[in-house]
Formats: sequence, C-alpha cells, structure tokens
Amino acid sequence: MTMRRLWIGLTTLVFAVLLVVPLLRIVQGAFDQGWDGFSAGVTRPEALHALMMTGIIAVSVTIVNTIFGVLLSLYLVRASWLGKRVKAVMNGIVDLPFAVSPVIGGLMIVLLLGPDSAAGALLGRAGVDIVYALPGMILATLFVTFPIVIREVMPVLQEVGSQQEEAAHMMGAYAWTTFWRVTWPLIRWSVVYGVILTGARCLGEFGAVLVVSGNIINKTQTATTLVYQDVENFDLTAANSVALVLAAASVLLLLVMEWSKSRKEVH
Amino acid sequence: MTNMLQSRWWSWGFRSTVMLYFVVLIVCPIAGIYVQSFSGGIQAFADNIGEALAWKSVLLTVKLALISTAINAAIGTMSAWVLVRYRFPGRSLLNSLVDLPFALPTAVIGLMILLLLGPRSWIGSGAESLGTTILFHEPAIVVAMVFVTFPFVIRAVQPLLEELDASEEEAAYTMGASRKRTFMRVILPCMMPGIVSGAMLAFSRALAEFGAVVLVAGNIPGRTLVASVYIFGEIESDNPAGAAAVSVLLLTLSLLILWTVNLVRRRRAR
Amino acid sequence: MHVEVRGLNKSFGSFQAVKDVEFNVAKGQLIGLLGPSGGGKTSILRMLAGLETPDSGDIVFHGQRVNDLPPQERGIGFVFQNYALFKHMTVSENIAFGLEVKKWNKAKIKERVADLTELTGLKGFESRYPHQLSGGQRQRVAFARALAPEPQLLLLDEPFAAIDAKIRHELRSWLREMIDRLGITSIFVTHDQDEAIEVADEIMIINKGNLEQKGSPWEIYKDPKTPFVAGFIGESRIVDNIAALRGFGDAAVAAGTKGLIRPEYIEIGRKEEFTQLLSATETGRVSHIHFRGSEWLVEVEVGGIKLVTYRSLEKEVLHPGDEVQVLVHRAYLFNDSQSWVMENKLKADPMFVYI
Repeated sequence: MTMRRLWIGLTTLVFAVLLVVPLLRIVQGAFDQGWDGFSAGVTRPEALHALMMTGIIAVSVTIVNTIFGVLLSLYLVRASWLGKRVKAVMNGIVDLPFAVSPVIGGLMIVLLLGPDSAAGALLGRAGVDIVYALPGMILATLFVTFPIVIREVMPVLQEVGSQQEEAAHMMGAYAWTTFWRVTWPLIRWSVVYGVILTGARCLGEFGAVLVVSGNIINKTQTATTLVYQDVENFDLTAANSVALVLAAASVLLLLVMEWSKSRKEVH
Repeated sequence: MTNMLQSRWWSWGFRSTVMLYFVVLIVCPIAGIYVQSFSGGIQAFADNIGEALAWKSVLLTVKLALISTAINAAIGTMSAWVLVRYRFPGRSLLNSLVDLPFALPTAVIGLMILLLLGPRSWIGSGAESLGTTILFHEPAIVVAMVFVTFPFVIRAVQPLLEELDASEEEAAYTMGASRKRTFMRVILPCMMPGIVSGAMLAFSRALAEFGAVVLVAGNIPGRTLVASVYIFGEIESDNPAGAAAVSVLLLTLSLLILWTVNLVRRRRAR
Repeated sequence: MHVEVRGLNKSFGSFQAVKDVEFNVAKGQLIGLLGPSGGGKTSILRMLAGLETPDSGDIVFHGQRVNDLPPQERGIGFVFQNYALFKHMTVSENIAFGLEVKKWNKAKIKERVADLTELTGLKGFESRYPHQLSGGQRQRVAFARALAPEPQLLLLDEPFAAIDAKIRHELRSWLREMIDRLGITSIFVTHDQDEAIEVADEIMIINKGNLEQKGSPWEIYKDPKTPFVAGFIGESRIVDNIAALRGFGDAAVAAGTKGLIRPEYIEIGRKEEFTQLLSATETGRVSHIHFRGSEWLVEVEVGGIKLVTYRSLEKEVLHPGDEVQVLVHRAYLFNDSQSWVMENKLKADPMFVYI
C-alpha cells in the first residue's frame, strides 16, 4: 500500500513539475504587467497579422491533408490496383515527415522551390513566389502534418474490414455512395481525431515555417515565429501574450481530442 | 452502365491525384535533399560534414538526446504503470495531460522553459547560488527534449500493460514468485517492447527538435549548438549545401530508427 | 436465374484457388458448395458475385456473359459469413439500403421493408442496431437485406457458421423453407456436410480448387465419383489390403487398390444372428464399443483390419473382446487410375455357396 502511494505521488509530482507548472508560468508571464500588458501584446498589428497567418495555414492545411489523408488511407488499405509490395513501401514512406526535423522539412522546400532552384526561378519569372511567401509556408506545413490523419484512419479501416463495403456493392451502391453511407460513418471519429491533431500541429508548427517564411513581420510571420522573434528581442511579456493564446488554443484542442477519443471508443 | 463508366473515370482521377500528391509532397523533397547534398560530389559532402562545428553539433545532439531518452524511459515506464494499474482521483486528468506536449506549439514550450529556468526564476536563481547555470546550458536543452518527447514511452507502454493478462501475473504468484521477481520476470519483459519502441521514437524526435531547443539553448557554436539549430544557422547564412549535408546525416539516422521501430511493431503484430 | 460457369480459374499469387471449374445451375435450385476450408468455395462464390475477377473462364447468367459487369450491376443478393451488417444502421435502415441506392420511392421502400421484416420474423426489431440482436436475428437481417432489391440469385457464404449449434438446425430449415417459397436460385457455401445434405437440392463438392462432383445428396452418397468425395461424405474407414477381406478377393487384380468402407456397409452379430448369409461373414473381435446416444458404435478387428460399424440398441450388447461375425456388404474401391463400388461377391450369390 505504501508502495502504491509512493508511485502515485511520484507520478503526480512529475506531471505537475514537468507539465502543469510550465503551463501556469506562461499565464503568469503573460499577465505580469496586468491585463493591459497582455492585451497590448496580442493586439499589436504584427500579432494580429501573425495570428491570422497561423489561422489561414491551419485551416487550409487541415482541409487538404484530411481529404488526401483519408483517400490515401483507403487506397493503402483497400486498393486492389496497388501491389502488396508497393503498399508496404508507401506505408513506410508515409511516416517520413515524423522522422524529419521540421527545419529539414523547411530546408527541402527552400532547396526545391527557392529562388536559387530551377523550379523556383521558373515560378518566380511567372510571378509566383513560393518560398518566403504563404504558398511555401502552407507547403511546409502540409509536409510536416501529412502522416497524422493517415495514422489515425488506417488502423480503423484495417480493423473493420471490407465486408460491409462489399455488402454495399452487392446491393448496387457504387464507390461514392458506399463511401459516404458505409465507410464514412465507421471512420468518422478517427478522422475527427486526426483533424484535431493536424490542427494542433499546424498551430504549433515552427521550424519548417521559420525556414520557409523568412519570418517577415506583417507578411510571412506566424504566431509561433512571432513568439520566437519577441524572445530574441527580449520582449518577454509580448511573447508570453501570444504564447498564451496559442497554448489556450492547444489546450482547447486537447480537450476536444479527449472528447473525440471517448466517442471513438464508443463506436 | 453510364453510372459505371462515370464511376471508373472518377476513381481513376482520384487515384492519380492522390498518388501525385504523395510523390510531390513527400517523396520529391526527401529525394531532393539527398540529391542536393551530393550534388557537389562526395568530397564536397565530406568537407561539409567534416567541418568541426558541424560534427560537434551532431555529437552534442546525440549525447543530449540519449540522456533525455533515458530520463523519459524511466519516467514514462513509471507513469504508464501508475496510470494503468492504479485507480486514484485525478487519474483521467493525468492521462489527458500526457498528450499536452504533443498539443502545445514547440515555440511555446521553449518559452515556458525559458521562463521557468531563467535567472529571475527561483529555479534559475537557486542553481546560480549553487554556482551553476541551467539556462543556455546543456541541462536546459535536456529539459526541453524531455518535455517534448514526454508522451512517447507512456503511450507505447500503456496498451501493452492493458493487454497483459492478469492471470499471467497470478500464475507467477501461485508458483511462489515474490512481487519483485514477478515484476522483473513477467511484467517488465511484457513492457519492454513498448519501452524500446517508445524510447526510439522519443530519441528520434529529440534529435529533430528545434523549436523548444532554439529558445533555451543559447546556441553557442561548439558548446550548446544542436544539429537542427546548426542547420538553421547555415540556411540563414546562405550555405544550403552545408545545411543539406548535416540534414542528410540527421535524416538518415532518424529514418533508420523509424524503420526499425516499424519493423519491431510489425513483428509483434504477427 | 440460370447460372452457367465455364472453365473458371483463379490464382492468388502462386496459389491456385480455383481450377477449371464448370457447372450449371437451373433456375430455382438451391445448391450447396461443400468442401474443406480453403478449398476455393468462397472464391467461386465471390467470382459469381463480381467481388473477385476470374483469371480465365466465363460466368453466364441467363445466357449473358457477366464477367465484365461490376457487382453493382449483377442483381445478386449476397449474405456474408459474418453478415457484414452496417453497424451504424438499424435493422430497417439496413434492409432499406439497397432500395435507397436503387432510388425506389419512399412509400415503396417502406412497404418492402415491412414485408421483409414480417417474412423474416423480425417484426418489432426494426429500430434495433445490429449489436442489440442475437446471432440468429442478425442472420435474418442479412438475409432480408440481401433479398430486398429482389435479386435473381442469392449467394450465401457459410450462412450458419457464426451461429450456435442449437439454433443452427432451426435456421437451416427456416432458410430452406424461405428459399422454396421465394423460388429464388440460391448457392451457399459450407464446410459442414450435414448442412449441405439437409438443405441443398444439389451439392457440389469442391476440393483444392477442383469441382469433384455435382449431384443430389443421395447420388453423391450412393455413387461417389472420386475417393475424396467418398471419404468426405459420411463416415468411413480406408482399408489398405481390401483384397484380404472375404468376398473382395477380386480387388487384387489392380495393384495398389484400396477400399473405403462406411459403417453402414457393415453388419455384425453373433453367429445365430446371421441366417443365410453366414457363409459371407468373417470372424472378428470387438476391440472397443462407444455409446452414441441412439446406437452403438463398434470397432471391430478382422484379421488385422480395423473396421467400424453401428449396432442397434435393440440387439444384444457386445463387449470388447467378444468374437463376432462381420459381414461387409460392399466397399468403395479405388486406385490411382480408377474407382468403383464392389458388392460382396459371396453375398451377391448366396445360393451358390449353399449348394
């Protein structure tokens, strides 16, 4: 019994020191000059712009990667037109963005599409900027968050098997109807879970975006890169204010995540 | 019949789009970085890698990542055990908190640690009175890495413990094994695959970590400059070839770890 | 619907699941595909359904080749092994699915669902979800769902495999009755010979991808065309040196001929139980007896040959070690090149022996 108390106490302590105290410290830091310091930090034009950029990136990336993630999961699990070997290789490659440092992810896009590269020069002449502009930042975030939805959806698809879909085919339903009426209800909550995780990752993406964006104030700066810049400028209150907004959004997403997890288990 | 043809066209369109997206977004960039780093020939690659600061940053990263992984393996195993085996008020709250480091932006994590360990904080001043500094030194980097990779081991061990049949443990007791012996011979071996694969993922993530580290490391070349920050610096100082060379080194290491973990998991699944 | 299959082949990698299978199914028949697990039955069924594409061969419905028709267009009802009910839909939504896909109007769908729930005895369960139903009820839902769009052909993959043995009997006769009433051509897959014999008009025995024999259950029992069929249907023992048994000496003409003897081919008893056929019997010794509920199962040894047979409970009880007379009425003989049924020669012409 004493052992039990000891372990529970120790674990709670570790959680408190490692996770909760730092989080509270941000709150304290944001308000160390009162409400005014916080609101001044958040309502600066560059902060508003940065939050808007983060929002744009999060929404567009989440939408694109959800659609492609679900489709690719379906293909990797179900498709008969892909050989087993091809599927296994693709399955291994899907995880790559998890293994790649975000900075490297950003570097890849700079190398491939930056002004010094062939493709970048071509696009630049056509008047399309990728690197140091929004498209590059979206691309970098797409890369980083690519595996998340797939890793959530694939196991569920594997577990439920293809018989219900085949049953729908036998009753005359084509791929589209089958997907929406049979497959989607089965994977719905896993997709929601994947979407939330993707969203959280988009909000928080830093390294890749920092490299690709060039961190230009009021142009390509996102909330996380603004926090970075504020810290570099020793403006800790401002940094804390923006960080608090980000942290609040993340914690909110975490709560939704817990809720969708419980829904996922029900179905 | 028209229905059928329409459906074929659609599915063909979907397939090609998804495959194209996959190749362009994932395969091309990774292939690109390998091509870029070897574009100047092996010699240029070796020169870039051979640079003293590059080497030092990679070695430092590996060393600190190993330390933080060891810490997380211990904490993670304990936490997973407590969360699965004991019922106590606040358990589900702790369980939800585990995912916090995945949800929080890494830059925010860096800032948190900066505030917590800074010279004005009680931890920072406490350390100073003992004659050491944490912030902008190696310990701060380890703290950042531990925080960021906190969930991996827990999340890998939890399902294994939940699956573990209570009867296996009971069987050990009926055979006269002590609690300690049962733990070492029955429970620990069952958790081991989770600890190992979780630790490997944590290690790989620690190697790659940038956001949390860049803010607390101080980034003194040769002393507290980790690999990902080195790469960032090379990009900033317009030396993409140098950045690419170190990237390839780091990337290859991470890939090896990732594929080993996948292999281990697939083995287990069989 | 009349179904015709010609030269059907299917391989998965290097494994050939179906080899040159050919058959015809007349309209309204109920056919059982019977064979050991992994023998290719389900592959045949799935190719008929269009869920699997044959490597070669033709599938013809109503004189029209349907190989290139997707499953959606074939007008087939399919009952899956584990029913594959839509978990997130109620019973009536499950049944209505195929009708909604076919864009029936609402009133007609409602009527059809009501008819089918009535027919399958699911009335009152319409708004339940699959996880709230028993195994038997789920099977009925799967059946009703497959029938809803008025298919011309009904395919059932191991329809009773997931059901408790007790209810299985009940469901079998229910299904038989239902299919008779609807007059729909049906093919079902099973590995259980009792099930096939009890339910099917005709049985097709499938082994290692080959169609071994097709015929009514009685024909297959009485006149098995291959050793596999003979061994698979009913109980039997294989006797290597069949020529050593009295009355089967002619079996020695072809070297390597073995005999397959069913328990019901054998009669045993005390000397006085045999009157005129005594000369055709052999002396054996009872080695084991087992009580089988409605009869005795007796294991008996005749000159080193082990045989099994049944014995009525009405007759005198035998004991292990007893000496008994054994009469083998007939044996199914086979060797590498041929197979045939041989009657006991001494028994065929008993008068000859008596004179």
